[in-house]
Amino acid sequence: MVPLSWSILLGVVLFVIGAAGVLLRRNILVVLMSLELLLNSVNINFIAFGRYYADFRGQIFAIFVIATTAAEVAVALGILVALVRNKATLKVDDVTVMKG
Amino acid sequence: MDQGFFLLFAAVSVITALTVVLARNPVHSALALMACFLQVSAIFVLLGAPLLAGIQIFVYVGAIMVLFLFVIMMIDVREAVLQRFLPGGNLPALVLLVLLGLEMLALVLWSDRFSATEPAAARDGDQVRELSRAIFTDYLLPFEAASVILLAALVGAIVLARKEPG
Repeated sequence: MVPLSWSILLGVVLFVIGAAGVLLRRNILVVLMSLELLLNSVNINFIAFGRYYADFRGQIFAIFVIATTAAEVAVALGILVALVRNKATLKVDDVTVMKG
Repeated sequence: MDQGFFLLFAAVSVITALTVVLARNPVHSALALMACFLQVSAIFVLLGAPLLAGIQIFVYVGAIMVLFLFVIMMIDVREAVLQRFLPGGNLPALVLLVLLGLEMLALVLWSDRFSATEPAAARDGDQVRELSRAIFTDYLLPFEAASVILLAALVGAIVLARKEPG
Protein backbone atom coordinates (compact mmCIF):
# COMPACT_ATOMS: atom_id res chain seq x y z
CA MET A 1 0.00 0.00 0.00
CA VAL A 2 1.12 3.52 -0.74
CA PRO A 3 1.31 5.74 2.35
CA LEU A 4 -0.92 8.78 2.40
CA SER A 5 1.98 11.16 2.90
CA TRP A 6 3.54 10.13 -0.43
CA SER A 7 0.50 11.24 -2.37
CA ILE A 8 0.40 14.49 -0.45
CA LEU A 9 4.09 15.11 -1.05
CA LEU A 10 3.56 14.52 -4.77
CA GLY A 11 0.71 17.03 -4.65
CA VAL A 12 2.94 19.56 -2.87
CA VAL A 13 5.74 19.16 -5.42
CA LEU A 14 3.41 19.49 -8.40
CA PHE A 15 1.72 22.51 -6.79
CA VAL A 16 5.01 24.31 -6.24
CA ILE A 17 6.14 23.56 -9.81
CA GLY A 18 2.85 24.87 -11.17
CA ALA A 19 3.03 27.99 -9.00
CA ALA A 20 6.57 28.57 -10.28
CA GLY A 21 5.27 28.38 -13.82
CA VAL A 22 2.47 30.84 -13.08
CA LEU A 23 4.70 33.33 -11.27
CA LEU A 24 7.94 33.13 -13.24
CA ARG A 25 7.06 32.49 -16.87
CA ARG A 26 6.03 35.36 -19.09
CA ASN A 27 4.32 33.36 -21.82
CA ILE A 28 0.54 33.26 -21.51
CA LEU A 29 0.28 29.75 -22.93
CA VAL A 30 2.75 28.34 -20.43
CA VAL A 31 1.00 30.19 -17.60
CA LEU A 32 -2.28 28.51 -18.57
CA MET A 33 -0.61 25.10 -18.70
CA SER A 34 0.87 25.69 -15.24
CA LEU A 35 -2.64 26.45 -13.98
CA GLU A 36 -3.62 22.99 -15.20
CA LEU A 37 -0.75 21.55 -13.17
CA LEU A 38 -2.02 23.34 -10.05
CA LEU A 39 -5.53 21.95 -10.49
CA ASN A 40 -4.13 18.47 -11.06
CA SER A 41 -2.17 18.50 -7.82
CA VAL A 42 -5.35 19.51 -6.00
CA ASN A 43 -7.12 16.56 -7.62
CA ILE A 44 -4.42 14.17 -6.42
CA ASN A 45 -4.92 15.44 -2.88
CA PHE A 46 -8.70 15.11 -3.10
CA ILE A 47 -8.51 11.51 -4.30
CA ALA A 48 -5.83 10.47 -1.81
CA PHE A 49 -7.78 11.85 1.15
CA GLY A 50 -11.03 10.43 -0.18
CA ARG A 51 -9.45 7.02 -0.35
CA TYR A 52 -7.79 7.00 3.03
CA TYR A 53 -10.87 8.23 4.82
CA ALA A 54 -13.13 5.93 2.76
CA ASP A 55 -15.25 8.80 1.53
CA PHE A 56 -16.67 9.31 -1.94
CA ARG A 57 -16.70 13.06 -1.69
CA GLY A 58 -13.05 13.30 -2.69
CA GLN A 59 -13.69 11.70 -6.05
CA ILE A 60 -16.90 13.68 -6.56
CA PHE A 61 -15.16 16.98 -5.95
CA ALA A 62 -12.34 15.90 -8.28
CA ILE A 63 -14.95 15.36 -11.00
CA PHE A 64 -16.32 18.86 -10.43
CA VAL A 65 -12.81 20.32 -10.52
CA ILE A 66 -12.18 18.63 -13.86
CA ALA A 67 -15.47 19.93 -15.31
CA THR A 68 -14.75 23.47 -14.14
CA THR A 69 -11.23 23.25 -15.56
CA ALA A 70 -12.60 22.30 -18.97
CA ALA A 71 -14.85 25.38 -18.93
CA GLU A 72 -12.00 27.59 -17.75
CA VAL A 73 -9.65 26.41 -20.49
CA ALA A 74 -12.25 26.96 -23.21
CA VAL A 75 -12.94 30.53 -22.07
CA ALA A 76 -9.25 31.32 -21.49
CA LEU A 77 -8.21 30.11 -24.93
CA GLY A 78 -11.08 32.06 -26.52
CA ILE A 79 -9.87 35.20 -24.74
CA LEU A 80 -6.32 34.41 -25.85
CA VAL A 81 -7.33 34.07 -29.51
CA ALA A 82 -9.25 37.35 -29.36
CA LEU A 83 -6.29 39.03 -27.64
CA VAL A 84 -3.73 37.85 -30.17
CA ARG A 85 -6.00 38.98 -33.00
CA ASN A 86 -6.19 42.49 -31.56
CA LYS A 87 -2.65 42.81 -30.27
CA ALA A 88 -0.02 40.37 -31.45
CA THR A 89 1.67 39.51 -28.19
CA LEU A 90 1.97 36.50 -25.95
CA LYS A 91 3.78 38.16 -23.06
CA VAL A 92 1.93 38.65 -19.81
CA ASP A 93 3.60 42.00 -19.17
CA ASP A 94 2.34 43.48 -22.45
CA VAL A 95 -1.30 42.77 -21.65
CA THR A 96 -2.33 45.90 -19.80
CA VAL A 97 -5.66 46.58 -21.50
CA MET A 98 -7.66 46.17 -18.31
CA LYS A 99 -5.37 48.26 -16.16
CA GLY A 100 -8.03 50.92 -15.67
CA MET B 1 4.82 -3.51 -5.75
CA ASP B 2 2.36 -0.64 -5.39
CA GLN B 3 5.01 1.56 -3.88
CA GLY B 4 7.45 0.92 -6.69
CA PHE B 5 4.88 1.81 -9.31
CA PHE B 6 3.88 4.91 -7.36
CA LEU B 7 7.48 6.08 -7.14
CA LEU B 8 7.98 5.50 -10.85
CA PHE B 9 4.86 7.41 -11.87
CA ALA B 10 5.55 10.20 -9.38
CA ALA B 11 9.13 10.63 -10.61
CA VAL B 12 8.08 10.77 -14.26
CA SER B 13 5.26 13.20 -13.50
CA VAL B 14 7.57 15.53 -11.57
CA ILE B 15 10.14 15.43 -14.39
CA THR B 16 7.54 16.18 -17.03
CA ALA B 17 6.04 18.96 -14.88
CA LEU B 18 9.49 20.55 -14.65
CA THR B 19 9.75 20.24 -18.42
CA VAL B 20 6.43 22.09 -18.78
CA VAL B 21 7.79 25.04 -16.84
CA LEU B 22 11.34 25.01 -18.18
CA ALA B 23 10.80 24.26 -21.87
CA ARG B 24 11.44 27.19 -24.16
CA ASN B 25 9.00 26.16 -26.87
CA PRO B 26 5.29 26.08 -25.89
CA VAL B 27 4.73 23.01 -28.08
CA HIS B 28 7.24 21.09 -25.99
CA SER B 29 5.48 22.33 -22.86
CA ALA B 30 2.14 21.06 -24.15
CA LEU B 31 3.52 17.62 -25.02
CA ALA B 32 5.22 17.33 -21.61
CA LEU B 33 1.97 18.35 -19.93
CA MET B 34 0.19 15.58 -21.81
CA ALA B 35 2.73 13.04 -20.52
CA CYS B 36 2.30 14.43 -17.00
CA PHE B 37 -1.48 13.98 -17.19
CA LEU B 38 -1.03 10.36 -18.29
CA GLN B 39 1.19 9.70 -15.26
CA VAL B 40 -1.32 11.36 -12.96
CA SER B 41 -4.09 9.16 -14.34
CA ALA B 42 -1.94 6.10 -13.62
CA ILE B 43 -1.56 7.39 -10.05
CA PHE B 44 -5.35 7.70 -9.85
CA VAL B 45 -5.58 4.00 -10.71
CA LEU B 46 -3.12 3.21 -7.92
CA LEU B 47 -5.22 5.31 -5.53
CA GLY B 48 -8.29 3.24 -6.31
CA ALA B 49 -10.15 5.68 -8.54
CA PRO B 50 -10.37 4.04 -11.99
CA LEU B 51 -13.32 6.19 -13.07
CA LEU B 52 -11.35 9.34 -12.36
CA ALA B 53 -8.41 7.93 -14.35
CA GLY B 54 -10.68 7.45 -17.36
CA ILE B 55 -12.14 10.94 -16.99
CA GLN B 56 -8.62 12.34 -16.69
CA ILE B 57 -7.52 10.73 -19.94
CA PHE B 58 -10.69 11.65 -21.85
CA VAL B 59 -11.05 15.23 -20.64
CA TYR B 60 -7.49 16.37 -20.08
CA VAL B 61 -5.49 14.40 -22.64
CA GLY B 62 -8.27 14.06 -25.17
CA ALA B 63 -9.98 17.44 -25.05
CA ILE B 64 -8.01 20.11 -23.20
CA MET B 65 -4.61 19.26 -24.63
CA VAL B 66 -5.97 19.05 -28.18
CA LEU B 67 -7.46 22.52 -27.63
CA PHE B 68 -4.10 23.78 -26.40
CA LEU B 69 -2.27 22.32 -29.39
CA PHE B 70 -4.81 23.83 -31.81
CA VAL B 71 -4.41 27.26 -30.26
CA ILE B 72 -0.60 26.97 -30.25
CA MET B 73 -0.71 26.13 -33.95
CA MET B 74 -3.11 29.03 -34.66
CA ILE B 75 -0.87 31.51 -32.86
CA ASP B 76 2.59 32.30 -34.10
CA VAL B 77 4.89 31.15 -31.30
CA ARG B 78 8.19 31.98 -32.98
CA GLU B 79 8.45 35.29 -31.18
CA ALA B 80 7.69 33.59 -27.88
CA VAL B 81 10.48 31.08 -28.46
CA LEU B 82 12.99 33.86 -29.03
CA GLN B 83 12.14 35.89 -25.98
CA ARG B 84 14.31 35.96 -22.89
CA PHE B 85 13.70 32.98 -20.66
CA LEU B 86 12.84 33.39 -16.95
CA PRO B 87 13.58 37.12 -16.79
CA GLY B 88 15.55 38.36 -13.83
CA GLY B 89 14.27 40.82 -11.31
CA ASN B 90 11.64 38.38 -10.15
CA LEU B 91 13.27 37.70 -6.83
CA PRO B 92 10.12 38.28 -4.71
CA ALA B 93 8.21 35.61 -6.60
CA LEU B 94 11.11 33.17 -6.21
CA VAL B 95 11.36 33.83 -2.46
CA LEU B 96 7.59 33.41 -2.17
CA LEU B 97 7.78 30.07 -3.96
CA VAL B 98 10.59 28.77 -1.76
CA LEU B 99 8.70 29.82 1.36
CA LEU B 100 5.50 28.19 0.10
CA GLY B 101 7.26 24.92 -0.67
CA LEU B 102 9.13 24.81 2.63
CA GLU B 103 5.99 25.60 4.58
CA MET B 104 3.93 22.88 2.93
CA LEU B 105 6.73 20.31 3.22
CA ALA B 106 7.23 21.13 6.90
CA LEU B 107 3.52 20.86 7.60
CA VAL B 108 3.20 17.51 5.86
CA LEU B 109 6.35 15.98 7.33
CA TRP B 110 5.71 17.31 10.83
CA SER B 111 2.26 15.89 11.21
CA ASP B 112 1.63 12.32 12.27
CA ARG B 113 -1.84 12.19 10.79
CA PHE B 114 -0.54 11.78 7.25
CA SER B 115 1.34 8.57 7.97
CA ALA B 116 -1.66 6.31 7.38
CA THR B 117 -0.85 3.39 5.15
CA GLU B 118 -4.15 1.57 5.14
CA PRO B 119 -7.50 2.98 4.05
CA ALA B 120 -9.91 3.65 6.90
CA ALA B 121 -12.35 0.97 5.83
CA ALA B 122 -12.23 -1.35 2.87
CA ARG B 123 -15.23 -0.74 0.67
CA ASP B 124 -17.11 -3.66 -0.74
CA GLY B 125 -19.27 -3.75 -3.81
CA ASP B 126 -19.07 -1.92 -7.09
CA GLN B 127 -17.29 1.33 -6.44
CA VAL B 128 -18.22 3.08 -9.67
CA ARG B 129 -21.88 2.29 -9.11
CA GLU B 130 -21.84 3.77 -5.62
CA LEU B 131 -19.99 6.83 -6.88
CA SER B 132 -22.49 7.50 -9.64
CA ARG B 133 -25.38 6.93 -7.26
CA ALA B 134 -23.91 9.53 -4.91
CA ILE B 135 -23.44 11.99 -7.78
CA PHE B 136 -26.97 11.63 -9.11
CA THR B 137 -28.72 11.74 -5.76
CA ASP B 138 -26.83 13.81 -3.20
CA TYR B 139 -24.91 15.96 -5.64
CA LEU B 140 -27.49 16.44 -8.38
CA LEU B 141 -27.66 20.22 -8.02
CA PRO B 142 -23.89 20.77 -8.32
CA PHE B 143 -23.89 18.37 -11.27
CA GLU B 144 -26.52 20.42 -13.09
CA ALA B 145 -24.68 23.61 -12.18
CA ALA B 146 -21.52 22.16 -13.72
CA SER B 147 -23.39 21.37 -16.93
CA VAL B 148 -24.77 24.92 -17.09
CA ILE B 149 -21.24 26.27 -16.53
CA LEU B 150 -19.93 24.11 -19.39
CA LEU B 151 -22.70 25.37 -21.71
CA ALA B 152 -21.97 28.98 -20.77
CA ALA B 153 -18.25 28.43 -21.39
CA LEU B 154 -19.00 26.88 -24.79
CA VAL B 155 -21.13 29.83 -25.88
CA GLY B 156 -18.65 32.32 -24.42
CA ALA B 157 -15.67 30.76 -26.17
CA ILE B 158 -17.48 30.83 -29.52
CA VAL B 159 -18.48 34.47 -29.05
CA LEU B 160 -14.97 35.49 -27.94
CA ALA B 161 -13.15 33.75 -30.75
CA ARG B 162 -15.45 35.06 -33.51
CA LYS B 163 -13.86 37.31 -36.11
CA GLU B 164 -16.30 40.23 -36.06
CA PRO B 165 -17.42 41.28 -32.58
CA GLY B 166 -21.02 42.25 -32.14
